[in-house]
Amino acid sequence: MKGKERRIRMEYVIEMQDVVRNFDRKEVLKGVNLKVSPGEIFGLLGPSGAGKTTIIKILTGQLRCTKGASMILGQDTGALEPFVYRKMGMMMDNLGLYERLSCYDNLKLFAKIYQVPRGRISEVLRQVDLADAAREPVSKLSKGMRGRLALARAVMNEPEILFLDEPSSGLDPQAVSMIHQLIKKEQERGAAIFLTTHNMEEASKLCDHIALLNEGKIVEYGSPKEICLRYNHQNKLQIRLLDGRNVALPNGSMAADEVKDYLEKEMVETIHSTEPSLETVFMELTGRRFE
Amino acid sequence: MKNIIAIFQKQIKDTLKNKSVLIEFLIFPIMSIIMEYSIHIEGMPEHFFANMFAAMYVGMAPLVAMSAIISEEKEKNTLRVLLMSNVKPAEYLIGVGCYIWIICMMGSCAIGISGGYKGKMLLSFLTIIGVGVLVSMLIGAAIGTSSKNQMAATSLTVPVMVVFAFLPMLSTFNESIEKVAKIAYSQQVSILINGIGKTGASAENAVIISGNFLIAVVLFGYAYKKSGMA
Ligand SMILES: Nc1ncnc2c1ncn2[C@@H]1O[C@H](COP(=O)(O)OP(=O)(O)O)[C@@H](O)[C@H]1O
Ligand SMILES: [Mg+2]
Repeated sequence: MKGKERRIRMEYVIEMQDVVRNFDRKEVLKGVNLKVSPGEIFGLLGPSGAGKTTIIKILTGQLRCTKGASMILGQDTGALEPFVYRKMGMMMDNLGLYERLSCYDNLKLFAKIYQVPRGRISEVLRQVDLADAAREPVSKLSKGMRGRLALARAVMNEPEILFLDEPSSGLDPQAVSMIHQLIKKEQERGAAIFLTTHNMEEASKLCDHIALLNEGKIVEYGSPKEICLRYNHQNKLQIRLLDGRNVALPNGSMAADEVKDYLEKEMVETIHSTEPSLETVFMELTGRRFE
Repeated sequence: MKNIIAIFQKQIKDTLKNKSVLIEFLIFPIMSIIMEYSIHIEGMPEHFFANMFAAMYVGMAPLVAMSAIISEEKEKNTLRVLLMSNVKPAEYLIGVGCYIWIICMMGSCAIGISGGYKGKMLLSFLTIIGVGVLVSMLIGAAIGTSSKNQMAATSLTVPVMVVFAFLPMLSTFNESIEKVAKIAYSQQVSILINGIGKTGASAENAVIISGNFLIAVVLFGYAYKKSGMA
């Protein structure tokens, strides 16, 4: 009934509820819950083998979940409608590029499929700084260039949701910073970005929200800052004085006088609170280090 | 339709740079041209080399090409990316299939002309081959679809292709092989080609080729259901 059509304000572009996934008899995802809002950069962090790729594959309809519900743009990911495919872009760890075709021809194929104008090909190639390599066959590209080409393909149709599976793993810092810029640009355009990484620094710099995944369970969720603060047991102020002394004070009203004193005497070189990094939070939660 | 055309065009560019598939398309037409123009033996039947190579071409080129292209796309994950951009499995198969079919028909044309076929005879020659190529493509698609990677596909393709491609030739040397070979579409293609302008098609030819076609469809359906396209 058209008249009774509900006006759905999409609160979340991605939703997973109690998602379980088994491979053979092994439970790889053990009841995953997560939500991603429109236009946010969401980072799924976890060591390799945690189940990050499995989650992306379920969300993009490449795998079914054994139990639970998984939705993208309000659609069950087990039976995605064509319009959803048109609204998403993705870059999996296995990039899926045509080795013998040039960068340009790889993108041209998808420009035709997505029915975007030819001009868009050069535009995205420029965005990932591959304009000069446009005629090179993919087989001649470095790993970083391949990753950038796959990213260019993923954003070609201006997706509403962009899935990036470890977009920066194994790349040189220059390529990484370019990818970060492009991710930010896509967010400004209005896309939601779902990325996985095991790089803590990347996650804290880039993401609005992150979830820590360990052995198929989400063990922590929040903004990078929130998470770090939550684990801020020490909660101290570190003051470095101009005379070279380091002073550590409790971060609270009882330290106010002493801090004020240093400030009035213009003795302070730096002052900051001690917060754990995501890395230490993760180690505390799981008892292991990221590989 | 736009997806089919896009896949078709991609395949033209890709195959031009893919030597191992390209050689499948070219080897028999080239052999046929060389043999037909260089070897003349007293009492040799008309179109001898063209007919022999055409039957082998039907059993080999479309089967190997289809299986190689699909299994490579599965291995490299490109097929998955296509399907995730909303290309339907049928669109993919038709795009690649049309490409292979047209190339094989061009190759067969070269074989036919080198063997001296003209006009109506050439048309019959190409019609028979066109049907045979279709069956071969389906078998290749079944193998490619059921394989995880190119290695797995090749280990299945080679024995299957050898059987279908060489049965017609072996049948000319051995009568008991000929009796068994009759049930294979490639042998039927060979029988039909050798009968052009003489015997014409019988119900038996049609039934056996249709039977082979149906079996290939079922095999492909099974492979698709079991492994999926990507
Ligand atoms: N197709 C599969 N069959 C069996 N086990 C699998 C399959 N895919 C993933 N796994 C297992 O699931 C676990 C999580 O894998 P994955 O999602 O790839 O982790 P991540 O991307 O976080 O490194 C791993 O232990 C892996 O061995
Ligand atoms: Mg992974």
